[in-house]
Amino acid sequence: MAPPVLSNEEIRRYSRHLIMPEVGMAGQRRLKQGSVLLIGTGGLGSPLALYLAAAGVGHIGLVDFDVVDESNLQRQIVHGTSTVGLAKTESARRRLHDLNPLVEVTTYETPITSANALDLMRPYDIIIDGTDNFPTRYLTNDAAVMLGKPNVYGSIFRFEGQVTVFSPKDGGPCYRCLYPEPPPPGLVPSCAEGGVLGVLPGVIGTLQATEAIKLLTGIGEPLIGRLLLYDALEMRFRELKLRRNVNCPVCGDHPTVTELIDYEQFCGIVPEVQTLSSQYEITPVELAALLETPERPFLLDVRNSYEVEIASIEGTDLLIPVDQLPEQINKLDSSVEIVVYCRSGARSGQAVEMLKAAGFRKVKNLVGGVLRWSDEVDPTMAKY
Amino acid sequence: MAITITIPTALRQYAGNNATVALEADTVGALLHGLVEQYPTLGKHIFDGGKLRSFVNVYVGDEDIRYLQGEATPLKDGETVSIIPAIAGGM
Repeated sequence: MAPPVLSNEEIRRYSRHLIMPEVGMAGQRRLKQGSVLLIGTGGLGSPLALYLAAAGVGHIGLVDFDVVDESNLQRQIVHGTSTVGLAKTESARRRLHDLNPLVEVTTYETPITSANALDLMRPYDIIIDGTDNFPTRYLTNDAAVMLGKPNVYGSIFRFEGQVTVFSPKDGGPCYRCLYPEPPPPGLVPSCAEGGVLGVLPGVIGTLQATEAIKLLTGIGEPLIGRLLLYDALEMRFRELKLRRNVNCPVCGDHPTVTELIDYEQFCGIVPEVQTLSSQYEITPVELAALLETPERPFLLDVRNSYEVEIASIEGTDLLIPVDQLPEQINKLDSSVEIVVYCRSGARSGQAVEMLKAAGFRKVKNLVGGVLRWSDEVDPTMAKY
Repeated sequence: MAITITIPTALRQYAGNNATVALEADTVGALLHGLVEQYPTLGKHIFDGGKLRSFVNVYVGDEDIRYLQGEATPLKDGETVSIIPAIAGGM
């Protein structure tokens, strides 16, 4: 099908593209004909959606089931203060419509799953992975490979990013060629736990948008078979070679994974993890009451020292970051009652498990951590 | 033979907060074991029962050691070895 012609309105809007011979009328018409599905409308999805809409990509699909939160706005620039509380897909659709009403935006307010992934992706030329977890990354990869669509991949952590284009149909590798297996849960921190420099997804998402535009217009050298690494602190880009693994279970010569699987299970995620029995848990309200009594427990903070500056429970006895707990366990007295806390209750849960394994029995995890303490006991405490 | 190892952000906290570490070794395996000897807490993040973890890639220059000779890959003075673990962030 010949690419659609441009209206005079479109010619005015895209004139800076049209006057470059590398894009020109032919390239801009290919952009108008093109379609891109963005999985995730967050840190990476924000600059992606904005630049792809601005560039005149004819049809943009947005998949997300989250709601805009104040803490998103440090980096998720497609959203705004006026759309806090709104579905991210709808928040992004409004901003994109304002930026460029000439492009079609379709929103899917749903998590992407093994049941819907192929149907979601099928109508689109290019898939862009801007998610934040390993199960969805493997799911996105496998579905894109099965449909023979390029997957423009980007991922970030703190100050560091990775970008590449997975496109086995062009002879390139897929995500499983790069990382055959996911890390076990808990070993690689997420951005929610590890933090992220707000501008980092801007850099990485913009690189992904560049690659998508190159693929649609057919210009330049695509980032296939090359992994681009970015380190914001060192301000350095590096490039590594990526090869298609002929034994890859998905894109190899004899694929063994030919339909979508259970990716939570593949990534070792057990639903409804109930590692602690209630005997080893305490709620913020229970702890607050206990701290008023003469039998007040020993209060152990297992966060990092820079988090203490943000918010801290009054009367904390000791700070040992969870990573250092094995070396510093001798600072604790197993004969007294110990309550362990962190930001959300996850790290302190690990700490309680470590202490139990070391023989401690009078140890409890503050469920919900500082966040729930702020909700239920001390609303003046900052949440982060 | 001095080899420079680049440490990714996610693992720097286990390597004295260094972005790079210089060590002497003549193979990739010897280099990584030397690194873990110097920074023991890094061990469980790179190795699982003595084997390189499957979500931790190691490159000599720009080449994945899986396409060289794995941990037996020989190293030349001045080369750079990069540890590149999987990261998933995006939101």
